[in-house]
Amino acid sequence: MSRFNDANVALAKEIIARFPRPKSAMIPLLHLAQEQDGHVSNEAMRHIGELLGVTPADVYGTASFYEMFKFEPIGKYSINICTNISCHLVGSWNLLHHAEERLGIKAGGTTEDGMFTLEDVECIAACTEAPAVQVNYRYRYKVTPENFDQLIDDLRNDRVADEIPPFGTLSRVRQRTDDTWSNNGIEAQATIDEK
Amino acid sequence: MYSAPGQVPTGPRLITARFDVTDGYTYEGYVRTAGYGALRKALSLMTPQQVHDEVNAAEIQGRGGAGFIAGTKWGFLPRDVHPRYLVVNGDESEPGTYKDRLLMELDPHQLIEGIILASYAINAAHAFLYVRGEMALAQERLAQALNDAYAHNLVGRNICGSKFSVDITLTWGAGAYIVGEETGLIESLEGERGMPRLKPPFFPAVKGLYMQPTIVNNVETLSNLPAIINGGGSTFKGLGAPTSTGMRMFSVSGHVNRPGVFEVPNGVTTFRMLFEAPEYCGGVRNGGTVKAFIPGGVSAMWFFDEHLDVALDKPTVDKAGSMLGSGAIVAMDQTTDMVAACWRIVRFFARESCGKCTPCREGTTWLERVLHRILDGQGRPEDIDLLFEISESISPGLAWPPRQTTICPLGPSAVSPIASAVRRFRPEFEHYIEHGRPIDGVEAVLRPQGVHAHV
Repeated sequence: MSRFNDANVALAKEIIARFPRPKSAMIPLLHLAQEQDGHVSNEAMRHIGELLGVTPADVYGTASFYEMFKFEPIGKYSINICTNISCHLVGSWNLLHHAEERLGIKAGGTTEDGMFTLEDVECIAACTEAPAVQVNYRYRYKVTPENFDQLIDDLRNDRVADEIPPFGTLSRVRQRTDDTWSNNGIEAQATIDEK
Repeated sequence: MYSAPGQVPTGPRLITARFDVTDGYTYEGYVRTAGYGALRKALSLMTPQQVHDEVNAAEIQGRGGAGFIAGTKWGFLPRDVHPRYLVVNGDESEPGTYKDRLLMELDPHQLIEGIILASYAINAAHAFLYVRGEMALAQERLAQALNDAYAHNLVGRNICGSKFSVDITLTWGAGAYIVGEETGLIESLEGERGMPRLKPPFFPAVKGLYMQPTIVNNVETLSNLPAIINGGGSTFKGLGAPTSTGMRMFSVSGHVNRPGVFEVPNGVTTFRMLFEAPEYCGGVRNGGTVKAFIPGGVSAMWFFDEHLDVALDKPTVDKAGSMLGSGAIVAMDQTTDMVAACWRIVRFFARESCGKCTPCREGTTWLERVLHRILDGQGRPEDIDLLFEISESISPGLAWPPRQTTICPLGPSAVSPIASAVRRFRPEFEHYIEHGRPIDGVEAVLRPQGVHAHV
């Protein structure tokens, strides 16, 4: 898709202002692009480069390092099944195979209707609630094949849309920067840069 | 052995008490339960040096993995060099570890209070709170908590009417284990790929964020500061063992009846107590026995039944040949297929290697492929020697503490499961190579995928 819309340009500038150096806003802006379009497009990366004063190659160089950024559209729901050791020990591979059969795709794939992308992921810090799953980075604990089927059913029928936003949206609360912001650190950094 | 309640040492829940308070994560819930009292006390009655002194007296060891004494780390900052920064490492990703996320989701104000106290002590005007990308709820709760704290003049300009000002910038990652390494985190915070820096010269306290003096502290470490300032450093120290002070969170997962995250007296609780006591995990599942366990995250060397009565005390565990790391304990019972378990951990490191150092980038991938070949029934008799040979090139001697041919400890960490599992359970690996299947009596794991080819 596209460059940032006007509202997101304003938001991007607010995010940049929270850092002593613009480039530090790189990852938050990539997330913002993914929130806007569902993935990080080339146009968005060019726009981020303009906003941060770096080249598009710089932006892609950073973005491609991180697992969460997708450079083409994926499913509406990204279903991430943890298979790391704590989940591995209590049946996550059985769950993954069940999911592959249920959805008719292999891990890494997206269903033809564009609803689901399935991933076999590393530890998501829910080890005592294994096997653990995230749907668009929202947790489901102690997932069995049976309640996995229920989850898919709920997602298909929009029963959990309130709780699980579209792929790309992480926090639905944003940090605000208002007149209580001190700016001491940034001002001190500016002095250093001038030297 | 520990079958009835009351047989294990207990202590106050210093940082997890609010987990039981329904609205403990809100500003109202936090203030109602004495929140921000330590901050008001520090700003009105204590100098920054006095706050630092209390943290020194507490002797709190960093809870991120390395276990370095926090007060000592703060002392490495050069005098009078500004700006200086506090960076909060909320990128919890060590497999098995599940405590920082709870602290961020269930008690975000406690962390914020700790961040302000630390900023005051080290005289930093800007702190960065870097939360793991996948933790959406933690990001949401922290953003709300920060907005509320700013609105009540607890962060920002002239906090609580004092002369002290500090900003906290909330930021987050995008999926990379290596960013948990402090210099990798700093690179990521500068908008770069999260590749660790060489130390020396890039010790963060001297040349950190933007090449300025920087302290990187873990979420659990900072969450303890309000309790340390409220109760005093020496009280905190008295709660644990002299060599591992205070209370500490451990997450116990795997083959136990009731996996959980527990805050226990540091240095005196043993692994057996955690596995068996009714207060904790209540025994190994199905009445079984522990075949092996990981004492401190998958980077650690494994322990076995002879280590069950080792106390969770840093020097004791170090001496026994492993580490407490991030406090992640994973129990594996007698039905565990050690070849598959070893492979799964190695695959993690192969996927997460940042690619900066050749021995790690190539070595972890080769290790994964050799193990995967064994699981596929295509193992060769020479594969065991090959595993050791590759491991040697990443961590010469396969000793503990590990030596390394790499910039950071990720590569040597990938060698821990090899050095542990292959040495201890060599016949299981030989059987797998010869017969193409695990030994009798272990639970077969569905044949899993190998490492993904990803950039």
